[in-house]
Amino acid sequence: MLLSTRPIHRPVTRQMSPSNRIFAPLAHLKELEAESIYILREVVAEMARPVMMYSIGKDSAVMLHLAQKAFYPAAPPFPLLHVDTTWKFRAMYAHRDRMAQEAGMELLIHTNPDGLAQGIGPFTHGSAVHTDVMKTQALKQALEKWGFDAALGGARRDEERSRAKERIFSFRTPHHRWDPKNQRPELWRLFNTKIRKGESIRVFPLSNWTEIDIWQYIRFENIPIVPLYFAAERPVVRRDGAWIMVDDERMPLDQGERPFMKSVRFRTLGCYPLTGAIESSAATIDAVIRETLAAKSSERQGRVIDRDQSGSMERKKQEGYF
Amino acid sequence: MVSPVAESGHWNTQSPKSASPPAEKSRLRFMTCGSVDDGKSTLIGRLLYDTKAVFEDQLSDITTGGAGTGEAIDFSLLVDGLAAEREQGITIDVAYRYFTTGKRSFIVADTPGHEQYTRNMATAASNVELAVILVDARYGVQTQTRRHAYLAALMGIRHVVLAVTKMDLMDFAQEIFDKIAADFDAFANRIELNNVTAIPVSGLRGDNVACTSASMPWYSGPTLLDHLETVEIRSDDATAPFRMPVQWVNRPGLSFRGFTGRIVAGQVAPGNRVRVLPSGQDALVARIVTMDGDLPVAGTGQSVAITFDREIDCSRGDVIVDSEAPPEVAQQFETTIIWLGDEPMLPGRQYWLKTATKVVSADVTDLKFLVNVNTLEHLAAKTCKLNDIGVCNIALDQPIAFEPYDVNRDLGSFILVDRITNATVAGGMIHFALRRSHNIHWQPTSIDRRARAALKGQAPRVIWFTGLSGAGKSTVANLVEQKLHARGLHTYLLDGDNVRHGLNKDLGFTDADRVENIRRIGEVAKLMADAGLVVLCSFISPFRAERQMVRAMMAEGEFIEVFVDATLAEAERRDVKGLYKKARAGLIKNFTGIDSPYERPEAPDVYVDTIQESAAAAAERIVTKIIEV
Repeated sequence: MLLSTRPIHRPVTRQMSPSNRIFAPLAHLKELEAESIYILREVVAEMARPVMMYSIGKDSAVMLHLAQKAFYPAAPPFPLLHVDTTWKFRAMYAHRDRMAQEAGMELLIHTNPDGLAQGIGPFTHGSAVHTDVMKTQALKQALEKWGFDAALGGARRDEERSRAKERIFSFRTPHHRWDPKNQRPELWRLFNTKIRKGESIRVFPLSNWTEIDIWQYIRFENIPIVPLYFAAERPVVRRDGAWIMVDDERMPLDQGERPFMKSVRFRTLGCYPLTGAIESSAATIDAVIRETLAAKSSERQGRVIDRDQSGSMERKKQEGYF
Repeated sequence: MVSPVAESGHWNTQSPKSASPPAEKSRLRFMTCGSVDDGKSTLIGRLLYDTKAVFEDQLSDITTGGAGTGEAIDFSLLVDGLAAEREQGITIDVAYRYFTTGKRSFIVADTPGHEQYTRNMATAASNVELAVILVDARYGVQTQTRRHAYLAALMGIRHVVLAVTKMDLMDFAQEIFDKIAADFDAFANRIELNNVTAIPVSGLRGDNVACTSASMPWYSGPTLLDHLETVEIRSDDATAPFRMPVQWVNRPGLSFRGFTGRIVAGQVAPGNRVRVLPSGQDALVARIVTMDGDLPVAGTGQSVAITFDREIDCSRGDVIVDSEAPPEVAQQFETTIIWLGDEPMLPGRQYWLKTATKVVSADVTDLKFLVNVNTLEHLAAKTCKLNDIGVCNIALDQPIAFEPYDVNRDLGSFILVDRITNATVAGGMIHFALRRSHNIHWQPTSIDRRARAALKGQAPRVIWFTGLSGAGKSTVANLVEQKLHARGLHTYLLDGDNVRHGLNKDLGFTDADRVENIRRIGEVAKLMADAGLVVLCSFISPFRAERQMVRAMMAEGEFIEVFVDATLAEAERRDVKGLYKKARAGLIKNFTGIDSPYERPEAPDVYVDTIQESAAAAAERIVTKIIEV
């Protein structure tokens, strides 16, 4: 220390049995895991009513798995919350219910009742309105309904440029707004979780993970994920340059348009009408990892939601989107 | 192509366990210091591009010229998506980028902009192992270069790369590079920055970034990427004596008590004798529990759960350490602080201090000097303002286990948090404990709280009744105590008015005094709970923060918050003590509900609506809750 007015005496090193070898730095996946577990435990230790956002995708799968590790042998001491737009893939709903049950956790499901009453959907109202009403507004309703003061989310900094500067503990106003001018500096591993009534914190335990980290971790931990991530013959149509899977009868088809079978898989999962598939024959985890390593486009490319307006993620976040 | 899994089925790999994990790669976190003018964005962009961390759809956004012509790519735009935000006045302190090579996985912490530089750089530096300091070959070592180097050294970064950029603009001349490297070395020696590697680069053309430069045959050292991939980052932490701050106590049932945390130094194995600080009690490690099975040994960086061979007090904020080489426990320190808040530091003002997993109250007792980061001069000052670096003494309200920052970052670093705005206002590094605090030790007692409670045949509890004056707190608390007493439980009722006649008769009703009032009551309740009692506390306690503070003082599950609710109109109508009338008449100042706020509990353990429910019924519910827990 440059400024210390006295020399520092380091404690004498002691070799402890049974192993006295110098520990190599933790392999990076193990380090990511340990860091995420630390974050999850900080949330439970310091917040009064945390909840884990569960969106059923691969990142949620990893986050749920980490939570199980963090609190083992207890079940994670918070509920799972799924903000349901009613437009997810059918395979996602099946997976969600099974995972919550296996984890021994309470599963809370919230759908915006106003949006439901008005029949808001991506086909009839477009992705922007659908996302705002059924996701952003619904999320705020859910957080208020149960009075949560901390919401754990699976977002990663490598996903999108506006996420690159996001804090791990992201502070929200009582109106759930993200105020980028008013975020707290995060030094060391010292997270400031102090909030006032009505304020809340969104916490991102996977901040430092990349897409390939997620896949490799899923492989080595044998984490169950929705089968849609693996290539299979699926009924699709071509829309705005994306392969959209016809998952149920609500999908309106143009005159003369007929779904055809194609070997596709999904890099991200969301509402099926807004999620583009990629042509792929990667039907195993190792094949998916190989494809991801060789990928030439980013995973969010298949998402209609990010592209409907320039700088749209930034704007959505300020309005309270996760 | 037939899918190996049904759409509805679980996917489960049958991958052989023997497959060697790709995770043998290590991770390097580094930061870049410099401005856009130094070619920083171009350098990072080039690094990402050359390591194939850029996707085509991202590239198409920034390719200005014809597709396929490499020169049309403006690398700086890859990372500089922040320009628009700067125009909007948005402060971005650190942006993170990720890339990976066959050897390592990297996190780049990038601190954009000139303004707020100290704050931004300190934030980035606190979480990295290496700093890349950029110097423009045209201008050489500048004031800001020295500032970057100084801050890196101050924050304990031991590895520095001096990247001399824009060599293409200086005809790749060796003497230019040699001169800059020598100038920097002279300064680095002065500030004890010992591991400096200087590399001449051109971000624009890629020279010595990922590929060896053909234009600089005189340079025989590594490329930037080579160096980042191979530099050995040695930490003393792994071989130091064992330290683990307790994050959270895992108690799923009566038979299991796991102390969870991340090991910040050394390693631990079952059978090791450890000590819990600051209490000073020893135990043997029984198990290291993880979901993947018990571990024979766990080392630095791992998040684990530890169980002991005996029951001793240990809770969040305590530090579990090697009993033969424990760290010091102290309450007053000399420190360096970096001020991050918009409001200046005020000596004597109480701030929250968080270090490792512990939150205590602290104040700056003596600001010795500020450091001019450009000249390293020491300046006398009364206060710290945004971006100031100061050396000061701080005093805590209770002793903590610590290490000097130079010895261990986790046990030697802290943040200060404003108690009103909750903003993080400073980051700090401990130098050493002040001598007078060495002599205050926490006396471990042989009869512990568990033993005292066991003799009474009860579990200690603190039942905290909060609500407006006149809501009925004391009435309900009284009934609860009678019912508990009748069941043979040992209780004590602490009441707001009574305490203010004695213990707290020196306190008024300003926000600061209300805070101190609750703090003292919390301490008393804690002692009583320690003695094994069921303590009933009936206080308006209007601030959520202080109720939270008291909750945090108690063992987990011991604190039960009871919100005795009545509307202000109803409480005022009852006005049992005639206080509302006086407050309305302006005879009492700072009266909760009238001219002082009441922050309703968000998630009380028990909610009592005194308009809907009788006091007796509520008391019965609370008693049930106490007995069953």
